[in-house]
Amino acid sequence: MRALSGRLLALLFAGLVALPAFAVEPDEKLADPAAEARARTLSEELRCLVCQNQSIDESDAALARDLRILLRERIAAGDSDEAVRDFLVDRYGEFILLKPRLSAHTVLLWATPIGALLLGAAIAFGVMRRRGAPAATAPLSEAERAALARLEAADAPAEPPTRAR
Amino acid sequence: MIVELGHFALALAFAVALVQSVVPVVGAVRNEARLAAIGRPAALAQLLLVATSFAALTQAYLVSDFSVLNVVENSHSSKPLIFKIAGVWGNHEGSMLLWVLILALFGALVALFGRNLPDKTRALVIGVQGWIGAAFLGFILWTSNPFARLSPAPFEGNDLNPVLQDIGLAIHPPLLYLGYVGCSIAFSFAVAALIEGRIDAAWARFVRPWTLAAWVFLTLGIAMGSYWAYYELGWGGWWFWDPVENASLMPWLAATALIHSAVVMEKREALKIWTVLLAILAFSLSLLGTFLVRSGVLTSVHAFASDPTRGVVILVILCVFIGGSLALFAARAGTLSAGGIFAPISREGALVLNNLFLSAACATVFVGTLYPLALEALTGEKISVGAPFFDLTFGPLMVPLLIAVPFGPLLAWKRGDLYAALERLYVALGAAIAVVVVGLALTGTGRVLALLGLGLGTWLIVGALSETAARIKLFRAPVQDSLARLKGLPRAALGTTIAHLGIGLTVLGIVASTAFEEEAIAAVKPGETVAIGAYQLTLDGYLPRSGANFTETAARFSVRRGGTVVAVMEPAKRVYTVRAMPTTEAAIETFGLTQLYVSLGDAATDGTITARIHVKPLVTLIWLGALVMAAGGVASLSDRRLRVGAPKPARPRALAAAE
Repeated sequence: MRALSGRLLALLFAGLVALPAFAVEPDEKLADPAAEARARTLSEELRCLVCQNQSIDESDAALARDLRILLRERIAAGDSDEAVRDFLVDRYGEFILLKPRLSAHTVLLWATPIGALLLGAAIAFGVMRRRGAPAATAPLSEAERAALARLEAADAPAEPPTRAR
Repeated sequence: MIVELGHFALALAFAVALVQSVVPVVGAVRNEARLAAIGRPAALAQLLLVATSFAALTQAYLVSDFSVLNVVENSHSSKPLIFKIAGVWGNHEGSMLLWVLILALFGALVALFGRNLPDKTRALVIGVQGWIGAAFLGFILWTSNPFARLSPAPFEGNDLNPVLQDIGLAIHPPLLYLGYVGCSIAFSFAVAALIEGRIDAAWARFVRPWTLAAWVFLTLGIAMGSYWAYYELGWGGWWFWDPVENASLMPWLAATALIHSAVVMEKREALKIWTVLLAILAFSLSLLGTFLVRSGVLTSVHAFASDPTRGVVILVILCVFIGGSLALFAARAGTLSAGGIFAPISREGALVLNNLFLSAACATVFVGTLYPLALEALTGEKISVGAPFFDLTFGPLMVPLLIAVPFGPLLAWKRGDLYAALERLYVALGAAIAVVVVGLALTGTGRVLALLGLGLGTWLIVGALSETAARIKLFRAPVQDSLARLKGLPRAALGTTIAHLGIGLTVLGIVASTAFEEEAIAAVKPGETVAIGAYQLTLDGYLPRSGANFTETAARFSVRRGGTVVAVMEPAKRVYTVRAMPTTEAAIETFGLTQLYVSLGDAATDGTITARIHVKPLVTLIWLGALVMAAGGVASLSDRRLRVGAPKPARPRALAAAE
């Protein structure tokens, strides 16, 4: 069972049964380390369909184990990563992909990060432009300079100033 | 009898909350001081009543009163005392009661320590707290009564879910709720300001300590939950982008943005409208989190609230509060006057940048979390949005923000000098580059991204320290002089340094433990050894053991490093007897900042067991960094200017001007 604070809270309210043990068992592993590494990476992106937001790499459900073995069979048969994904999507639908593919239905999702950033930047820029940058400060007049000198003479610092500037 | 008293106190608290919702607000709006003054005793009475109710439920758990349905479902007479207490909030009804208790606590704190607030503002804030209290007390009374009796009473209870029987349950939910509910104060202040139509730097000064306190609790709560999951669930992960986790991350992101924008408002009277909006959003996201967790909307497979009316009621509460406050905002925001102006390169500009990226990140988490729900509702199509999506989107949004962090405190208000700031960061830049170069020399070019991540962490840490070093003229003035300057630094400035340092530590921990983790999965028999990294683990044998309400089989591993035994680790497979439910207890050994993590898998009849072993370099920094961040918050909170209940405005203003 993998989860975290939130998951634990969820469990807490659910009274769900948590299953022990864990994901990948030694007997599932492929002999070729490169292929096994590919299998691990891929399995982190595939959802365990009977679990709550858990990848098949992490899940100890029987279905996840079957999927891990199936995935490794496809890899051993020479499928590319994309071919394995297509194969699984054909069987189980887009739901199995934890990273949804870009499509008409997911374009809003994928556009959100950059869209939110650009929108926010445009608003901030617009507001700042409308308000204008601080005008250059006019030089002190003769009278002000004299007043400043008086103040400075009267207010000799007793301790070092602590300002950042 | 005590249980009935608790139920009665809860009903009475609801009645008081109604009074608190109406009378002070009417008093404030009509300028009738006597009506407005009702808020204070009402808030205190509400705390007293809710606390009585909570104590009654706790008592039922302590004496294992199995005539109470809630106790039967979640407790057992053999359960250790600490979990009997923690079990009070280890279920839906009890956790809602805790939520309301903390809300009442915050309301009472405003009533007690808000003496420096204008009477009208205080009355409005307490009134708005009353609205929230009334809504949730009503929710508990009508849909989630923890005091329901059961007849005939069974002899034993069903025990608490074993995964929850952990010290984490005693600490994590209260901390998280203190954070969630603490955001309600900023919300109430925002609504009060909108009703009054007046907002100024003093408002930001009142709001900032509450927000800062809520942020500290949220930070600690999230970190605690993360570590709990890490050691309890036997998998070794610490963040999963689970919707319920995201529900706690979103208020944290919003609150982080809020404590930064409130600084601008306090110092420069700028960003007023945005700060008010953020205050509303932070609590709205907390409410959303409550809704997501409670309603069962996230999971069709495991619906946590078996009763759908609960979900609907919370949704209604959510819509009324978020919709209402946003409508109020839309109607009144225009009346708030704009504040000081500033150049893009300035302290204000840096804080706007901070808010921009945090908001974009928050929006990403929000959309990613709710997108599958919305898509399924609209089109019937089911998709998943999981960790790979968030890693790909949230990460890149954080990187520019983190690069910018050390610049912020070095820029002057109004108009800053980027080049001068960079000059003060030469050491940080040098240290970051050195880390990357040394890393390249040691590990080759295969892990450039990870090394850049380590460089970023170094940049943050040294950058944060550089700012303080520059302020106290470290190495450029005599040591005593520097120390005197350090003492003279405002605590808020120290808090900034500490918190920014904490982020750097967390970044280092995340990058190092993810990129340089080593893993071994092996089937071992007693006497066999597994080598991983610099460690050799030998399975010595099995130890059958039993605890108060469980039995377990531990596997004893001797851990050797360079031939000598450096640790003995005993991961176990445990069975909780009442629910006959097995759990995996991971064993964790800390070496410096690095952890060795061992958990057990399937056991075969011939004595072979699957061991999953991880070496996680610097992993403890993830949570230590969060603790340091929270410490920064506490340091800032101790700043005289910000202290809750600090003296009248004249004093803070003088200090603020001196800074």
